Amino acid sequence: MSLEDAVPYLIVLAKCVFAVAFVMNIVPLLIWAERKGSAYIQDRPGPNRADILGIRAGGLVHTLVDVVKLIMKEDILPSHVNWFYWFIAPVIAMSVALSTFVVVPFGDTFLGVDLRVSAMDGGLLYVLAMTSLGVYGIMLAGWASNNKFSLLGGLRASSQMVSYELAMGLSAAVIFLGAGSVSLQEIVGQQAGGLWNWNVVSVPGFIAFVLFWTAAFAETNRTPFDLPEGEAELVAGYHTEYSSLRFALFFMAEYANMIVAASVTTTLFFGGYNVGIPGLDGVGIRAHADLLVAGAGFLAVPAFLFFAFVAWKRQSRPFYKALAADDIRHREPKFFMALWVGAAVAHAGLGVVGLLGLPSQLAIGDMVIGPDLVAFVVQLTAFSLKVLFGCWFFIWVRWTIVRFRYDQLMNLGWKRMLPLALANLFLAAIWVIIKESYLT
Amino acid sequence: MALPVPSRKLNVSESMYLWEVVKGLALTMSHIVKNILDPDHFRTVEYPELRKPMAARYRGAHRLMVRPDGKVKCVACMCCPTVCPAKCITIIAGEDPNDPAEKFPVEFDIDMLRCIYCGFCVEACPKDAIRMDTRIYEINAFTRQDMVHNKSYMVNLMDGAKPRAEGVYRANHAQAPDGYTFDEKPIL
Repeated sequence: MSLEDAVPYLIVLAKCVFAVAFVMNIVPLLIWAERKGSAYIQDRPGPNRADILGIRAGGLVHTLVDVVKLIMKEDILPSHVNWFYWFIAPVIAMSVALSTFVVVPFGDTFLGVDLRVSAMDGGLLYVLAMTSLGVYGIMLAGWASNNKFSLLGGLRASSQMVSYELAMGLSAAVIFLGAGSVSLQEIVGQQAGGLWNWNVVSVPGFIAFVLFWTAAFAETNRTPFDLPEGEAELVAGYHTEYSSLRFALFFMAEYANMIVAASVTTTLFFGGYNVGIPGLDGVGIRAHADLLVAGAGFLAVPAFLFFAFVAWKRQSRPFYKALAADDIRHREPKFFMALWVGAAVAHAGLGVVGLLGLPSQLAIGDMVIGPDLVAFVVQLTAFSLKVLFGCWFFIWVRWTIVRFRYDQLMNLGWKRMLPLALANLFLAAIWVIIKESYLT
Repeated sequence: MALPVPSRKLNVSESMYLWEVVKGLALTMSHIVKNILDPDHFRTVEYPELRKPMAARYRGAHRLMVRPDGKVKCVACMCCPTVCPAKCITIIAGEDPNDPAEKFPVEFDIDMLRCIYCGFCVEACPKDAIRMDTRIYEINAFTRQDMVHNKSYMVNLMDGAKPRAEGVYRANHAQAPDGYTFDEKPIL
């Protein structure tokens, strides 16, 4: 097999690596946001102790320390578990969470390569199928742990998943009723050309979004629907018996599920990778690549200078004044000042490069990759920002709303959301008929 | 038989949940914004770098007072071990050959592991020989034996016999206590 034949496989491999890296790199960031965000909501300073050479980075280092801790801990296999299912449960939870991401488009094309791992046409159906599989990890963990609390957690997870999947599927049906396709790339493509083209900007679309998003909380087992974990009633629910890296897998799977849920919601309702500004769709970005690079470069400069100013101002905090003269933590404000000033200089340089018109001419040999690279970066940034906001919303809600009681959860799912989703589907069907018959 | 829990029927907007959720989110976000803008107003004190100023009446580790000539004020009258509810004070009295009129403590030990910091010893002392005004609360050691504070330790407590303790004192006081001076070099 020559190198030419291997290229398609290498492309698929590269996209797989990218998708996994995308999810796995956001996970530590989310754990940090969860800790610091909850602390700030509750008027606490939050994690701020662990440091690397005096750089504490607002508690980001704690996440790294946590990983080391979880790896070094003893991996306990309780004697009473069904070991086979007990072993594969965290693997299922994690792998299902990661594999859902493969159909989500994170850009249109790069040098003719479709920017999603799998270019399947039934993308939305695949997402619904995989999210349903996600409950197996939790259910198996609860059952195989051979422990009444874990079993209750697993039971709750499965019944909750069944209840909310209906509302979720019916809300997603609203989208593919309007789009006429279940391919996520096509659904995103139809939302190009401005904010008002996003699916969320319509009456049935908005109701569908609210229902879908609420159901996503139940699917990812996040508060207010985190009854499977329910630490007040069930110790830790389905992962009570797990320790060390197996617990970490469940922990990461929860965050990976959040990222996937946010990605799917972004794709269905918020225009996916579209920037939301008219003229800046796939063609527009490539045509204005130089201008975009110059604008982004120069606009970022004041932001970074502001960050540097904040770092400079932090030097006079009472905390730094109380430190001994030779404490290494005195480096921290200086480090961040240097970092942000350096970033400002780098972005000013990027702006100059854009003004000179270099990005659109960037090429490897005869292959001009500049415009495509700019489009990729811009679209990936838009997509990531939307996903990160979605993930932050999960965290924000967790520290705002208390857990539902189990009967309230079931009432909400069956008596409120399901009828509403059905009515909304009916409304959406009428909407589509009106749009196709009279508005076009 | 379960007790009835008083509850109110939700009105229409409350039973929709959504508007209530938005109100809650606005409340939590207002806390986040406030705390990001001003990271120094938390009630949490970043111990050990920053410390809470202790109240004037705070009862910390004991110290023994001395007279201007350098002898301890204590006359070994045994009031404090008598009143001590934890029975943590041990005094061995002796006579000063140069001044046979007065007793003095040959040994004065306080077992800090037993002490309950009630301050009765300070109240009982007729000579103002024992005080708990050091505001030292970091009383720790690696062995049980080291937790027994002896006479010389308690006399020199403010003189830098235990540097960390003096650091605590300096953190809470602008000036050295009567009859003492701080070292030039800051320790904390």
